[in-house]
Amino acid sequence: MKTRLTYRADFWVEVVSDLLFQATNFIFILVIFMHTESLGGWSQNEVVFVYGFFMVPFGVFSCFVNMWGFSERYIVKGEMDRILTRPAHNLFQIFLENVDPPALVGSVIGLIIMGISGSNLGLPFEWWTIPMVIILTLSAVAIYTGIYTTLTSLSFYSDAPTGILPLMYNIQTYGRYPVTIYNRAIQVLLTWIIPFAFVGIYPAAMFLHREEMQGMALLTPVVGAIFLGIGLLSWNYGVKRYKGAGS
Amino acid sequence: MLGAYFDFIRIRFLTMLAYRVNYYSGILIYTLNIGVNYFTWRAIYGDGESLGGFTGAQMTTYVAVSWMARAFYFNNLDREISTDIRDGSIAIQFIRPYNYVLVKMMQGLGEGLFRFMMLMIPGMVIAILLFPVQLPTELSAWAGFLAMLFFSFLISSQINIITGLSAFFVENNEGMMRMKRVVVDLFSGLIVPISLFPGWLSSVLEVLPFQAITYLPGSVFTGRVQGVGIWNVLGIQVIWFVVLLIPIVWLYHAARQRLFVQGG
Repeated sequence: MKTRLTYRADFWVEVVSDLLFQATNFIFILVIFMHTESLGGWSQNEVVFVYGFFMVPFGVFSCFVNMWGFSERYIVKGEMDRILTRPAHNLFQIFLENVDPPALVGSVIGLIIMGISGSNLGLPFEWWTIPMVIILTLSAVAIYTGIYTTLTSLSFYSDAPTGILPLMYNIQTYGRYPVTIYNRAIQVLLTWIIPFAFVGIYPAAMFLHREEMQGMALLTPVVGAIFLGIGLLSWNYGVKRYKGAGS
Repeated sequence: MLGAYFDFIRIRFLTMLAYRVNYYSGILIYTLNIGVNYFTWRAIYGDGESLGGFTGAQMTTYVAVSWMARAFYFNNLDREISTDIRDGSIAIQFIRPYNYVLVKMMQGLGEGLFRFMMLMIPGMVIAILLFPVQLPTELSAWAGFLAMLFFSFLISSQINIITGLSAFFVENNEGMMRMKRVVVDLFSGLIVPISLFPGWLSSVLEVLPFQAITYLPGSVFTGRVQGVGIWNVLGIQVIWFVVLLIPIVWLYHAARQRLFVQGG
């Protein structure tokens, strides 16, 4: 963490590129609402609010869990052997080695967006708002971690570089839009198989007082626990089968 | 000599074949992308007839064709080049008796051909079965589209090469590569057709090369642009191809100079 902060220029380059990435997604929402009043019954402020919420857990996840290039760095180059000789849990060590503080700026911006669009909508600030934001954020982070840990653990079995990860990053953004506009198959996929709807639209519906999704919002911690569990199991199983690279 | 370059196409094609699991998942994920975008646009259209000159049916076709074209022209040349630069292996590549940039382009083409056959065509068949895509019937539209697709590949690869070579001059071009990725997806018209952007932004985008990658070929294929317009589109693509050669040649020479300075 401290080594990352030493390189000031890198830090700001990354903050700016993260923000531009978010800005382009934001442009999409703004362009859509130039041409329509509502997206499947959701107003512009509501969609923006969902987007704000989406940014919060994603920032936390990107900061503490960074699996990009795991296969190249740890397996191909043999760093995994070094990790395994140490007593702390190997996954925990990998997370710590890759902490990425600039990503947290996204979370802060997300909170600001939630604040602005929330006050535009006149959302009440209840006693449970802050604890709920924390609980749902942690659950969403657990979902991300579970999914990406599972996918990364595939690199223990196959020597193919996992090209699935970048494609997944595309798909996760679809969890921000009202899933009800999609057909049944995509809804099921985004809810139960790769549950990205639980990192955006469902938990955000809680604060928007959307009755139809309250139940789903309350399920978020459960889904988080299940997927984190799957991730850890497949990781540990993969590590057990891991034999080291080459000589 | 030319034969050697063709070998680079062939070798890359075969390498891609070795990692085909990635591509089976690729077909599914591209189909999902088309599906999500299709339903999003349907929700945006609601009861509306036409947006930014696109009818609902044209938009469906546009979404499907744009994503499938991306399956063909997309490659990671930028990442490959900056990896070569960072681990220093580019020095050896520069000494070898071939043109490094041209080799990268050939490797990109090998990958593109693989993606065309294994990803784009099967993906297109699935998309036609699942969504109401209307493909043109005239042979000329198809021939035109294939030519434009090839230029989409050239222009997108050129942008990747420029981004990759910038690693010579910028200490950390990770941010640049990420930015390039989103900028190309958004400003090429893949996510939103350019005619739907607010007026000032679409007039800015019309003088940038990105529209030549997705938006212009897509407009031709959906039948929005016909007749003489098709030649205009092709002309714009050729112009951008030539214009983008300039920074590449310049970067390449500057990079060689810099390499000698560093290497001593």
